[in-house]
This record gives sequence, C-alpha cells and structure tokens, in this order.
Amino acid sequence: MNDEEISVEAILDHYRNPHNYGKLESSNASFTEFNPICGDTVHIQLSIADGTIQDARFVGRGCSVSQASASMLTDLLKGKKVEFLESMTEPEFLGILGIKVGPAREKCALLSLTAAKKAVKGAT
Amino acid sequence: MFDPVRVARDFPIFSRGDLTYLDSAATSQKPSSVIRAVEDYYSCCNSNVHRGIYRISEEATELYEKSRENISHFIGSTDPTGTVFVRNTTEAINLLSYTLGRKLAPGDEILLSVMEHHSNMVPWQLLRERGVVIRYADIDSDGKLDLEDLKSKISRKTRIVSLTHASNVLGTINPVSEISRTAHEASALFILDAAQSVPHMPVDVRSIDCDFMAFSGHKMLGPAGIGVLYGKQDLLSDLPPFMGGGDMIREVRLDGATWNTLPYRFEAGTPNIEGAIGLSAAVDYLRNLGMEDVRYHEKDLMSYVMKRAEEIQDLIYYGPRDPEIHGGVFSFNLGDIPAFDLESELKGVRRPESSHELHPHDISSFLDQSGIAVRAGHHCAMPLMTRLGVQATSRASFYIYNSRKDADKLFIALENAKKAFAR
Ligand SMILES: Cc1ncc(COP(=O)(O)O)c(C=O)c1O
Repeated sequence: MNDEEISVEAILDHYRNPHNYGKLESSNASFTEFNPICGDTVHIQLSIADGTIQDARFVGRGCSVSQASASMLTDLLKGKKVEFLESMTEPEFLGILGIKVGPAREKCALLSLTAAKKAVKGAT
Repeated sequence: MFDPVRVARDFPIFSRGDLTYLDSAATSQKPSSVIRAVEDYYSCCNSNVHRGIYRISEEATELYEKSRENISHFIGSTDPTGTVFVRNTTEAINLLSYTLGRKLAPGDEILLSVMEHHSNMVPWQLLRERGVVIRYADIDSDGKLDLEDLKSKISRKTRIVSLTHASNVLGTINPVSEISRTAHEASALFILDAAQSVPHMPVDVRSIDCDFMAFSGHKMLGPAGIGVLYGKQDLLSDLPPFMGGGDMIREVRLDGATWNTLPYRFEAGTPNIEGAIGLSAAVDYLRNLGMEDVRYHEKDLMSYVMKRAEEIQDLIYYGPRDPEIHGGVFSFNLGDIPAFDLESELKGVRRPESSHELHPHDISSFLDQSGIAVRAGHHCAMPLMTRLGVQATSRASFYIYNSRKDADKLFIALENAKKAFAR
C-alpha cells in the first residue's frame, strides 16, 4: 500500500466504525453544520471546562469523508485547549486527515471543523 | 433505428476513451457538427447582427434568423417570431415570472408541482412578495404526478400552471396535453418547462397547446448560454418588456422609448449569435436521428436499466416503473438515505455502523475512478428530496450516445462500490 491508499483505508475505518458517535450528555457547546450541495450533515458536541475540551462527540449523516473527518476530529480535540481548535487552519486539518480530496469534496472534509469552530463561538 | 455506439463516434470527447458519460440530464456532449458550426461562423462571417449595412453582418443576421426558423420548426411552431432566444431555461422562466407577475394581484394563484426543478420554482416564489399564492401538486408513491391533487388545486384563482414536461430526478413524463386542457378550462395560462423533454422526445407546441415553453440548448447537443422561450404570438405581444437596452427598442427619446416587434423586444443587447447557430446544428443532428427513435432508444435503455437494477440488493430507485412514462433519467440510492433528524439521531435510534447504506457522494467518487460520470446530490430539486424523504440521490442519465454497455459498466461498478464500502 502506498501512503494514499493507507489514508483512504484510515478514512474507511473511521467511516465503518465511527469514534465518539452519539449524544454527549455533558455538552455545553454544539453546532450542526450542513452542506447544501449534498445534504451532508455533522452535529458536533463539545464539553468545555477551564478552556479545555474535556470531551467531544458527534452525530451526522453523509458521505464517508464527512463522517470519517468528524470521527477523527472528535478524537483529536479531546483534552486540547480551545485555542488549539480556534487556531487550526483548513489546510492543517486536511493535512491531518491525510487524504487528497478534490475541491468538491473538500467541503465534506471540512464540515466537522467548521461545525466545531462554530460550536465554540456559541459556547455557553 | 440508430446505433448509439456509432452515434458516440460523432462526439469528439469520447475519443478520450476513458469516459462513460451518464450525466446528460445536467448537460449533453456535443457532436462535431455543432462544434464545426460555431467554428465556421467565427471563421466565415463573425459580426454583429441586425446592425451593419455590410455583407458579413447581413450574412450573420441571416444565419441567426435561419437558426431561429429551424429551431422553431423543430418544436412544431409555424411562427418563428414566437421563438425568443434567451440564455437557458432558467432565464426563460424568470422572464415569464417577471413579466406575467406584473399583472398578478394579491390572492392570485400559481400552480406548480413538488417535482419541479428549482428554476421552475424559485422565480415564481419571488412573486409571493406581491401576495401571489404558490400551490404545489403532489406526486404519488410511484413518482407520477397526482392528477387528482393537481385538479383539486386548480380554481378560478389559478392564473398560471407551470409544470415540467419530464422530471430531471424521477424521469416521470407528465401528461401535459391533458393538464394544458385542464389549465385552459380554468382560464389559466399553461407554461411548460421542457428542459428535459425537447432533447429527448418529439415535442409539438401546437398539439400540447402550451402558452409558453422553455428549454436549454446545452442539454440537447447545443452550446451553453443559448436557450429558447417559446410563446404564443398574442400572449408574447401582451407582455411588458423584461430587460431594456439595444435591439429591444424601436425608438428611444430622452423621455422614453417604444418597443421593437417580436421576438426582438425580448432580446435586449447583442445576442448569443454563435449559440443560436450551434443550437440549430444540434437540431439538425437530432432531426436526422429522428426524435421518435431518440425516445425509443431511451425507453429501451431504461427498460434494461430497471431490469438490471432489480438484481442489485439494497438498490432503491425512484420514479415510475413503467418505461412508457419514464425518460432516460435513473435516480437511485444504495440503501435508504433518509433526511437527517437530529433528535432521533441523538436518541441513538440508528447506529451508522450497523446500516448498509452508501452515500451518493461516495458512489459518485467511486464511479469516477472507473471513468463513470454520474451526479450526486439534490439535483436542484430540494423540495422533491424532502417529499421523497431522502437526503440526496445518485443519478445516471442516458442519451443517444449511451448503450447497454454503459449501463452494464454502471452496475458492475455499483457492485464493486458495495464491496469497497462494506461495513
Ligand atoms: C427540468 C429542468 N428544468 C430546468 C432546468 C434548468 O436548466 P438551465 O440550468 O439550463 O437553465 C433543468 C436543468 O437542470 C431541468 O432539468
């Protein structure tokens, strides 16, 4: 397997067995983002205390890229400072996902990041 | 009957050799004759129409007007002044909503259907500002228009019935002559969105007796940026202008202007001359194949596609099962792709890893790896997606250059996609 095939496999793994799927009871920041082009939807829930993301979960429906990226992002965010999320750029996140996506599917890949950032903005 | 494999040879794009094009409902490919017609025009007599008193301008004007006559005959109209060149279906319907809308009063009703493309929905919805009421005829479980529902929603208040001839999602071919009569009995205007019918079947504006009709060149082998608004002469004459500018006027003074005759009144500014000439060449190509045969070919292909579809487990497809009323559009999902509902999702009603659905986006990306171009999404028919209870669908659409082989490729790739994404 070359690098690209490995990351496609990683995406498929997360798609088949999403991490952190379901309701987060302690959530105090959440946001639903959807892509009107294809209907892909991701709802991110964060539990934030003392500027740190204690826990992260998501629910959603959509293509493998949008759902796997939400699974990977929620893994990544746990235990991180809120600033870590706020300062993460789109190219950085795409780099972490490690897949090459065309412009049409970039939106799917970024859906969860957008949702998470908006969740933090509206955090209670 | 023509052979689609030979037809495909007339289309330079297929010399790539790696393309299975199943997205003609979005836009069609172009045969060399159309490409050549546009090129010839640029090389022989490019100039502005209706203006120059010199030879090439007269030649350009003649080519442009001959194209109008040709296209007008193609749709069964005997009067080319009722054939207005516009950019596309969307522009034609906006022209109608803008001009007809100015005559509507609060409480007047416009009847559409839930299967309309956004371009036959949003322009009418803009009139709600004036108090105009928009109503929608429903579909039945087979994806056919519910005629009882449609008739029950027509009343004395109905001023316009605007309907698609063939659905770009369901493939449904609507009984438009009958609906035209129903509309006229209620003294309403009948407008036909023919974007998915004029390219695929014989369409005769006189036998349908539509008052206006809209279609796009790019979906019927012609260039993009050229389309047609057909209208009955007396009705077009009654409409106020749409866009103001050059060509649409007779005389301009500092305190106002008078309007040009039809169809120029609705063709403000320099028109898409090469587009009209290209579309005329496209019409020649289609006429040469024979529109009856085009329809027959697609019906035959769709019967085959529906048969193959039954063999694939979890494949759900939409629209009528009867190929007689199903155009060359095949919308489907692998597994159920219901609309997202946050509440039930948070309650954990449905675990993603236990479902076997495959999202349209994944399907189209996967098919793309085998050079198969299909569309995924809402197909500019979001209310229809809601009505069907789905988030999105995949859509394979067929045309004159597609054969059963292309359908076979599609179904083989779909089986492979199911394996690749199996949970
Ligand atoms: C039924 C129908 N109506 C209208 C349109 C709009 O056509 P255009 O984008 O060329 O204006 C389409 C194109 O997708 C269509 O399928």
